[in-house]
Amino acid sequence: MHHVVLERWSRGASPLHRRDPRSKFAALLVFLVVLATAHRALPLLAAAFLLLLAATLLWARVPLAGALRRAALVLPFTLLAGAVCWLGGDPARALSVVLKSYLSALAVLTVVSTTPLPLLLRGLELVGAPRFLLMVAQFLYRYLFVISEEAQHMRSAAASRGFARRSGGFRAAAGALAVLFARSYARAAEIHRAMLARAFPGRFHTLGALRFRAADAAFLALAALAPALIRAAIERLA
Amino acid sequence: MHIYDGFLSTPVWAAMDVAAVPAVGYMVRRAQREFDESRIPLLGVMGAFVFAAQMINFPVGIGTSGHLVGGALLACTLGPAAAGVVLCAIIAIQALVFQDGGILALGPNLINMAILGVLAGYLPYYLWGRTPWRKAAIFLGGALSVMVSAILALAELLVSGVPMSRSVVGVSLALFLVSALLEGAITLAVVQALEAIQPGFVRRPAAGRSFARGALGLAAVVLAAVGFLFASTAPDGIESLGHTTGMDHVRRLFTTPLAGYQLALSGEPWLRKTAAGLAGIAIVYGACLLIGRGVARRGRA
Amino acid sequence: MPRLIEVRNLRFHYEDGTPALRGVDFHLEAGESVALLGANGSGKTTFVMHLNGLLSGEGSVEVCGLPLQKANLPAIRRKIGMVFQDSESQLFMPTVLEDVAFGPLNLGMTRQDAASAARAALETVSMAAAIHRAPYHLSAGEKKRVAIAGILAMNPEILVLDEPTTFLDPPGQRALAELLARLPQAKVLVTHDAALARSLCTRAVFFQDGLIAAEGPVEEIVNRFGWDFASEPSQSAR
Repeated sequence: MHHVVLERWSRGASPLHRRDPRSKFAALLVFLVVLATAHRALPLLAAAFLLLLAATLLWARVPLAGALRRAALVLPFTLLAGAVCWLGGDPARALSVVLKSYLSALAVLTVVSTTPLPLLLRGLELVGAPRFLLMVAQFLYRYLFVISEEAQHMRSAAASRGFARRSGGFRAAAGALAVLFARSYARAAEIHRAMLARAFPGRFHTLGALRFRAADAAFLALAALAPALIRAAIERLA
Repeated sequence: MHIYDGFLSTPVWAAMDVAAVPAVGYMVRRAQREFDESRIPLLGVMGAFVFAAQMINFPVGIGTSGHLVGGALLACTLGPAAAGVVLCAIIAIQALVFQDGGILALGPNLINMAILGVLAGYLPYYLWGRTPWRKAAIFLGGALSVMVSAILALAELLVSGVPMSRSVVGVSLALFLVSALLEGAITLAVVQALEAIQPGFVRRPAAGRSFARGALGLAAVVLAAVGFLFASTAPDGIESLGHTTGMDHVRRLFTTPLAGYQLALSGEPWLRKTAAGLAGIAIVYGACLLIGRGVARRGRA
Repeated sequence: MPRLIEVRNLRFHYEDGTPALRGVDFHLEAGESVALLGANGSGKTTFVMHLNGLLSGEGSVEVCGLPLQKANLPAIRRKIGMVFQDSESQLFMPTVLEDVAFGPLNLGMTRQDAASAARAALETVSMAAAIHRAPYHLSAGEKKRVAIAGILAMNPEILVLDEPTTFLDPPGQRALAELLARLPQAKVLVTHDAALARSLCTRAVFFQDGLIAAEGPVEEIVNRFGWDFASEPSQSAR
């Protein structure tokens, strides 16, 4: 499953990996906004931003080809949207849609491939996102692959029993989902028991405060300025 | 149904990102009233379940298959607020880890799917879940959760200036309808299978609920979505669409107040369109707040 | 010295009325290791869940002299550490370190002390190198050891292990047996593994239909009930 690759990448040790997740996320937002609000000289700007992201990925020692390919996951949907724009008589918008969505995905990937998700969530909590929601996301991520594997096993088991009858197939799939639901519910009960057994007092405590250091501030300043300056330069040239 | 970065115009995604903050905050607080921290793992695990459930294929006749989206199912089992929170977590993880949906587009995606989609998925069950029409209500909830989300996404794209002719809009709506009906069927089938395993899994709608408020809420969400769509398509496009479907009078109901906006700002075309669109968003958001308060007041039996 | 665990006439029904425990008497002395043997469904797991208040039935349960009551639960849950059968549900935090520190944090330790206690416990189970790893990626044996560390970090007096060798291959089982032999705490071991019971436990208790049918040295119980995978069926008749 592809997340496993992302997990591996995110546990590297490059300077970018070591930056505070808040600085990376803030830099990401600046980049995305600069990109989203750009309307002139798009092909040139896109090329420049692609180079910027590629350089960042290389600095972070994330496999570049792999990252470029992974960002391309968005293409099936975005090329379709681009086609709609093209056929609707707006080729400029078609290009804009495809370029911007790809670069956005690559930018997000740059952050997520250098920050383990739980750390990113902790950073988001520290900037004010609702803790309850972030913790739900944390547990979702923790058990995402566990339960997906269970679903995978159910699928293989069903396939090996060779069921392909149409109406039977629908009902059987619903039954399989219900069983998966029940198993997930039971697992949640097991987790709860394990929490209680270790004296859970009603509130989660966390180990980590994050320390925002000078290096993080420097990185944020640089990463926020770079896309803005690049865009300004290109728009002046064009 | 997920909107990617670069699809929407700046006023649209920015306004919806801003609108999403209090909306999500409200929903989280509502969920926390019923689910304390010890139940966070349950919500997380149910979110993981929805992800995993998308791997299970439901055969649909001609060699195609669909899969569960999950908003209505979660609403029937966890309640609308918790379901919304779980869906927010799902959408966020989809965007961050799987590059499925944009980051600046999180506001629109969350509002479309986690807030209004879940609400539309729950209200039929809220209204008719204790009547002999229960099965139809569950089906309708599933269908509406997908339909409302899809229509809102389509409308947001149109307001942003994506050029879609009548026929393209029509084809899109038809495709959405197919997946909506499928979601309804899957949701119903799974709810029935769940009840066979353990009836307690599926909630009973509160006894002291207000039918009037719920019905008003449901009508508001549906009409707001549809109305937003009409308001956002080009005027001449609407004319013929309105004529063909006979929905002219409904359309007039919605574009008349918005026509005021269009007249006042008739200088800039993009401003006109965007303003009309944003007004539509405001209507939908206002409807959401009203419904939320209405359901909240009555739903605590 | 008071007994670590004193259970008298413990009775418990499931929600549908079926009796699960029908009057169980049990005791555990300091430093003892007791094996709970018996068929699936005989009440072993249900019984141990009463020891830390996850379930509550009728009769009396005392842990280290404290009667099982709501007010005593935090203290009791520190003294009894429970390792569940499925480690996947027990290791619910995003990283190994955070998970092992969960218990200490719940006991009111500061972040630093909790982290130190976690590291020390991980050292004891030889998993110190894994502190930043995600539990999902660990092998079954590694997960079990981290689960044990999560308990040890709370400094318990009694370890309760429910079928610890499930999911483990023979080398994993041997490594687990060695680890458990090194730990000084008194142990209650629910197991089907007669070899493990023999190597670790001085006494065995045989559950049958919600009651303790017999109690005595491990070898005696194993032979009497034929509770050994390796033994021939005819031997148990002697």
